Amino acid sequence: MSYLTKTSSDQSLRYSKRFAVYSSSSTMNFSEVFKQSNQLCKVSPDGKYLATCVQYRLVVRDFNTLQIVHLYTCLDQVMHMEWSSDSLFILCAMYKRGLVQVWSLEQPDWHCKIDEGSIGLVSSRWSPDGRHILNTTEFNLRVTVWSLCTKSVSYIKYPKACQKGLDFTADGRYMALAERRECKDYISVFVCDDWHLLRHFESETQDLAGLEWSPNGCVLAVWDNCLEYKVLLYSLDGRLLSSYSAYEWSLGIKSVAWSSSSQFLAVGSYDEKVRILNHITWKKITEFEHPATIMNTKAVVFKEVEKRPVVGSEDLSIHQLTMDNLLFSTQSKYEIKQLPAQVPVIKPDADRANPKIGISALAFSSDNRYLATKNDNMPQSLWVWDMQRLSLLAILEQTAPMRCFVWDPRRPRLALCTGNNKVYLWSPAGCVSVNVPVEGSFQVQSLFWHCSGSSLVLLSKEHICLCYVEAEEEK
Amino acid sequence: MPPLPLSSFNVSSNFCTEENISECILYINQELSSLCFPPIFRNSDEMRDLDAVVALNNIHDLLQLHRRAVGMMEELEVEQLKSSSDLHYQHLTNSRLKDQLELSKKENMRLHERERQLETNLKTLQNCLKDAKEEVQRLQGIIASRATQYNHDIKRREREHNRVKERLNQLLIAKKENKQGMEVLNYVGRSDGRRCLWKTGKTESRHEGEMYKTLLNEFDNRQRELMVENIELKKVLQQMKREMVGVLNSKKTCQKEEKQSNNTDQSTLQTNSDDDEPLKGPPEMSCDHAREKLTNSIRQQWRKLKHHVERLDSQASMGQDGDSEEIISKQLHEEETERLKLEIQQCKEFIQTQQQLLQQQLNTPCDEETAAVLNDSYMLEEKERLKEEWRVFEEQRKNFDMERRNFTEAAIRLGHERKCFEDDRAMWLKHQFLNTTFADQMKPQSRRTDEFPKHSGHEEKLISISEERHLETI
Repeated sequence: MSYLTKTSSDQSLRYSKRFAVYSSSSTMNFSEVFKQSNQLCKVSPDGKYLATCVQYRLVVRDFNTLQIVHLYTCLDQVMHMEWSSDSLFILCAMYKRGLVQVWSLEQPDWHCKIDEGSIGLVSSRWSPDGRHILNTTEFNLRVTVWSLCTKSVSYIKYPKACQKGLDFTADGRYMALAERRECKDYISVFVCDDWHLLRHFESETQDLAGLEWSPNGCVLAVWDNCLEYKVLLYSLDGRLLSSYSAYEWSLGIKSVAWSSSSQFLAVGSYDEKVRILNHITWKKITEFEHPATIMNTKAVVFKEVEKRPVVGSEDLSIHQLTMDNLLFSTQSKYEIKQLPAQVPVIKPDADRANPKIGISALAFSSDNRYLATKNDNMPQSLWVWDMQRLSLLAILEQTAPMRCFVWDPRRPRLALCTGNNKVYLWSPAGCVSVNVPVEGSFQVQSLFWHCSGSSLVLLSKEHICLCYVEAEEEK
Repeated sequence: MPPLPLSSFNVSSNFCTEENISECILYINQELSSLCFPPIFRNSDEMRDLDAVVALNNIHDLLQLHRRAVGMMEELEVEQLKSSSDLHYQHLTNSRLKDQLELSKKENMRLHERERQLETNLKTLQNCLKDAKEEVQRLQGIIASRATQYNHDIKRREREHNRVKERLNQLLIAKKENKQGMEVLNYVGRSDGRRCLWKTGKTESRHEGEMYKTLLNEFDNRQRELMVENIELKKVLQQMKREMVGVLNSKKTCQKEEKQSNNTDQSTLQTNSDDDEPLKGPPEMSCDHAREKLTNSIRQQWRKLKHHVERLDSQASMGQDGDSEEIISKQLHEEETERLKLEIQQCKEFIQTQQQLLQQQLNTPCDEETAAVLNDSYMLEEKERLKEEWRVFEEQRKNFDMERRNFTEAAIRLGHERKCFEDDRAMWLKHQFLNTTFADQMKPQSRRTDEFPKHSGHEEKLISISEERHLETI
């Protein structure tokens, strides 16, 4: 089974005096479309295989040839699927039945089934060593650690049900877990080797919403829920290094992200600002605002403009209509807007909880040089900041609210989608909008990069499609 | 005027006497006529006829008049008294009212002042009220959002609580217990290949140790990075300081005005040179003192530079008035720059034209062949010239050689001839001697014969020497 190659027909790009045209050098190939369910599609950590779930089947393909190498059948519809860190095992969790099944790539006839019984199952994940499975039971009663190497089972009581209550360090040695006992928040640090409790200390939060290790594994960032703006920084050994609070009372933190060098901690909040803390003093070095009117910056505002193709009457033959549905799909390109520019704002409903305002998504590029943010009351715009100059670099204004944006793991390149049939790429050289040339409609709901940064996996509601992007040459 | 006392009429008046009766009569008549009374005395031929009736009537009338006049006078006096007292009273009331007016004016001003103060107070209080209202609104908004958040949370927890209760009920009712467990075909080895370890105190302490090791490594790395950065920054600062000092020095030497500050600058320069010495120590030595000294000296230098630049700016702006000759006025400066620019432009044009000409020169052969031919012809010309020169040179050399040969031959010949000549001479002398030996005695000839070989030898020597010399010169 080979994949069809179609070069995208629309790669136009308008450029300003600062950006070079790069569309002619890069070509994008798209693969065939495959089925998936529940948006369950993951690439193995070593990049060799692509696993998708179709209802209760697990399909493993070779990434380069897209041929099916393994096919497994689970007992129920799979709700969550995850590769182990060494790419040898895949777990499939079926929450309704409270079951987890683990499959081996080396030995296809090896099987493993974990039944949580009447306790129920809410989430299931691998440990970083790829040999333990952590199941969170219903009502967050406890976390059960099942071992694939030994017969031992460990239980962790009172885990907290919050936005992000469990995190592993990047090197996989330690795990931080948020717990709640007697109306107080606690944090436990476990050694993943043998699940030994290393530290257990009370957290100074009112209602812990999430915790995240820094990429160097030495600092744990802990943040409170939106009713109080508080970020706490704990050292690996449980000491409180610093506490930061920008303001009192109003709705607080919405999202948090570490930079990959652990130098910066970006905190996005409901007041539409991102505050950057530095790792030496843990104080704010700058704040990025998201105003509705942009003026006086060196930033470039890219606006996506749809152009309807002109249809001549002689083209409307049945043949044309059936074969070439590109006729009806609109092409779009980016235009550069003159400053001062207005960013479209959608006022959120004031009476609802968790209002759609504030910075809900933050992502640093892999080389630390750029930060992409999304402000919920400007859902069609993506803001890209330059971390060297600590200023706004570009704004991408789409025609529809953004659904997903991800940085290339190797180079400073950003891919985003807005739920239509296009995928958009931004890099410091410029940005481009590419139609996904698939028969029928392919509405891109989410996407992610392959670990080598040479291809993108696009997911629609029921299908996936691979997009091969060549690396651009610097001009 | 005081009323005439009645008693005065009893005293005889000294108006009329025996002597001036007629004048008095006349006078009285005149007065009476002026008062429209008939005259009392008929004036007929100097007779003093007194008309008694008329006189009595006149007197009666006069008395009446008098009485009336007195009455009127009394009335007038009374009225005058009244009016004067009224006036006095009015004066008093006037002054009283004036005082009152003053007082009330003062009171008015005081009240105005108070009113103004109260108005300003009112304004500030209104502003405070507005602020407070805004604050209240903001807090109300916050409270409202918090309330919605709490409600949302509570609802979520209540739903979860209900689910727990349902599940608990289910579990209590349900007979079979679904045990949890894991079925696995076979246990797999660890990903790193090692065997699993038991949990002991030793492992615990090992974990602690590893944790601290990680932290320490991180601290070490960070400290190293910061050190490196620190050293870099220090270097940059020192370089900046050196450059600033250098710039200030060079500026000071061309400016003649800062005589006063020169001394202070020199002193700071000295202190600067002092600064360098402690810093010349190992760069990792980051004692606070050295750091402070460096930053202070940088600040000082920067301030000086700033002042200097500001002064230059002000001078540039003042220089247009043509203050002093030492300052190059801005206008002159501009003129100078204009001139220089023009010169540069001219030079550029010149260079360009030259380039063009050169290009033309090189370009006039329209194709390569002619160019090659031309090149060849140039070469040929050169070759020809060279050949010619060589030829000439060769000729000259030949000539020279020939001449030399001739010369040597001539010299040799000369030598030979000389020798022959000497030989001949010797022969001749011998002959002479022989010829004259018969005539003369033996003595002088013996002397001569002694001399001859000497002479001839001497001469031969001379010849040989001169020959050698000649040969040498050739």
